[in-house]
Amino acid sequence: MLKKPLLLEHKLDLSILIVFISIFLLFIIGNPAVFSRFDIYYSFMSTIPFTAILAMSVTLIVVLGMMDLSFPSVLAFASWIFGTVFTVTGSMPLAVISSLAVGTLAGYLNSVLVVRIGVPSLVATIGSMFFWRGAVNVVARGKGISLVAAQDTFLYKLFVGRLGGMIPAQFLWMVAVAVFFWVLLKRHRYGAHLLFVGDNEQSAEMMGINVKKVKTIAFMQLGAFSAFAGILSTLEVTYFWPSQGQAYLMAALAAVFIGGTSVFGGMGTIFGTFMGALIIGSLEAGIISIGLSGFWIQFIYGLIIMASVSVYATLLRKQG
Amino acid sequence: MTDKDKTPKTTTPAAEYDKLLEMRGIYKSFGHVHVLKGIDFHVNKEEIVALVGDNGAGKSTLIKTITGVHKPNKGDIFFKGKKITIHSVSQSRSLGIETVYQERALADQQSMWRNIFAGREITNRFGIIDVKTQRKETERLLRESMGFTSKAITVDSQVVFLSGGEKQGIAIGRALFFNADLIILDEPTMGLSLSETKKVLDFTRKIKEHGKSAIFISHNFYHIYPAADRFVILDRGKIAGNVKKTDISQEELVLKMENLAKTGIFE
Ligand SMILES: Nc1ncnc2c1ncn2[C@@H]1O[C@H](COP(=O)(O)OP(=O)(O)OP(=O)(O)O)[C@@H](O)[C@H]1O
Ligand SMILES: [Mg+2]
Repeated sequence: MLKKPLLLEHKLDLSILIVFISIFLLFIIGNPAVFSRFDIYYSFMSTIPFTAILAMSVTLIVVLGMMDLSFPSVLAFASWIFGTVFTVTGSMPLAVISSLAVGTLAGYLNSVLVVRIGVPSLVATIGSMFFWRGAVNVVARGKGISLVAAQDTFLYKLFVGRLGGMIPAQFLWMVAVAVFFWVLLKRHRYGAHLLFVGDNEQSAEMMGINVKKVKTIAFMQLGAFSAFAGILSTLEVTYFWPSQGQAYLMAALAAVFIGGTSVFGGMGTIFGTFMGALIIGSLEAGIISIGLSGFWIQFIYGLIIMASVSVYATLLRKQG
Repeated sequence: MTDKDKTPKTTTPAAEYDKLLEMRGIYKSFGHVHVLKGIDFHVNKEEIVALVGDNGAGKSTLIKTITGVHKPNKGDIFFKGKKITIHSVSQSRSLGIETVYQERALADQQSMWRNIFAGREITNRFGIIDVKTQRKETERLLRESMGFTSKAITVDSQVVFLSGGEKQGIAIGRALFFNADLIILDEPTMGLSLSETKKVLDFTRKIKEHGKSAIFISHNFYHIYPAADRFVILDRGKIAGNVKKTDISQEELVLKMENLAKTGIFE
């Protein structure tokens, strides 16, 4: 048996792992007191999952060579539905189901614009980004919704409870979602079709792949996972607020590209996105704790993004 | 798509028909443009038919009536002895007719084993791909069926590293793997160098070795003379000539084609 050459995909995954380890080594060396205690990791485990889930879900859109900027707005609208339904009916399951349904529907609307009408995804989702954020502003009238009453429900514990008083449940959800997306992209028929369509749409059509369906599903799952991330983040702070989700847009996209997924479509790595989200999510706390002021945060984000995408571009070029 | 399409069919036993494909009196026009004017055309079993003719002669239109892209205005099509009407590309595929195009066949960044099974993945009932089997079958197809020997080409190779001729080879191999009975090659050597063209011709021969048939379309019959069994010459929507290779040398064919261009008669 021939020794298998290291595939590009594995090279990408390896480089993101190295970046991740180096950054954490830097943190640990920079502030051993903070980074040797559990507290900081506990805080990472409770805050990172929202970005990570969104980032992994949007990876599928990027694999198709498309873009979606509307997911933070969809998240906000679905969260408003969640908060409102819960407040009105007092039923947590009903609130969850209606929120997920509305998120999926919003994703479907994006797919109608992109797949049926033929609007480029970037353009279409700029529209829906304003549309759903505007919808939230209109219905919420700038007011938040307190969900303290949700703390007594079973679903609250299932979604954001603390396992053994230590592990935030959303962290476990993030891991489960990561496994789900990895299997979907690398081992499932749908993932194979996603990669094929993103790579060569004409050829995919010739091979009998239902291109429209593949794209529609991609947008719908992002809508659903946006709602899911919205539910988790709303429950975590037991509060809905109208500008919810806005901070996730750039963080999630940065995670995707730091992870090595190509903006041109046809290739993508869930592992990379996952690592990217961990890096993006831990930088802020890490930078502060090694003694740099908060003014450095964006600067260092920028540095890491530019460096990592340069490495990937080089790997791609060398390969050709 | 039904499950039957996804897994390779077992080779069908010799059936009760003498012509794999037969077309009788095919007419096709687009508005006032009469493109096909009463075409009689057939493909025998284990035969490579070269469809030759000038630009605009109607070659692509003729094959599109076979692959379900166009519906003829008049005429009958028989496949394996049965009269058929072809409504769609996917229907012609499930009948066992597959088309190989130059650029549209494969996805560049995907590995070989994903390309071979694109759209026809081997999965369990949850849709999880049987990677092991797909890789194993791809390996077999590369080495045994298509005779790839280069160690640089593996089941994990991305298609982007293949040469143009090799890409055609993979696409032909894929069609054979899924037991297409009739493989249509539309200008498969277009834009390829002489040595790459030779590779495509070698792969085309494999089609016959596997007991299948092919229609090889080109307006450069120098490219197809070596691989073809029979030449069908199309001229302005009509069949101008039909010769077996055993009855004509390459030089004679060239002369007759030149004559056709000058006088409109293939003689
Ligand atoms: N969809 C269509 N609508 C109108 N006219 C068409 C259509 N498709 C083909 N034609 C015309 O039919 C004629 C034959 O075209 P066809 O593509 O079949 O030729 P060809 O033999 O494949 O030529 P080439 O060698 O250049 O590929 C041309 O005059 C072309 O303009
Ligand atoms: Mg043509």
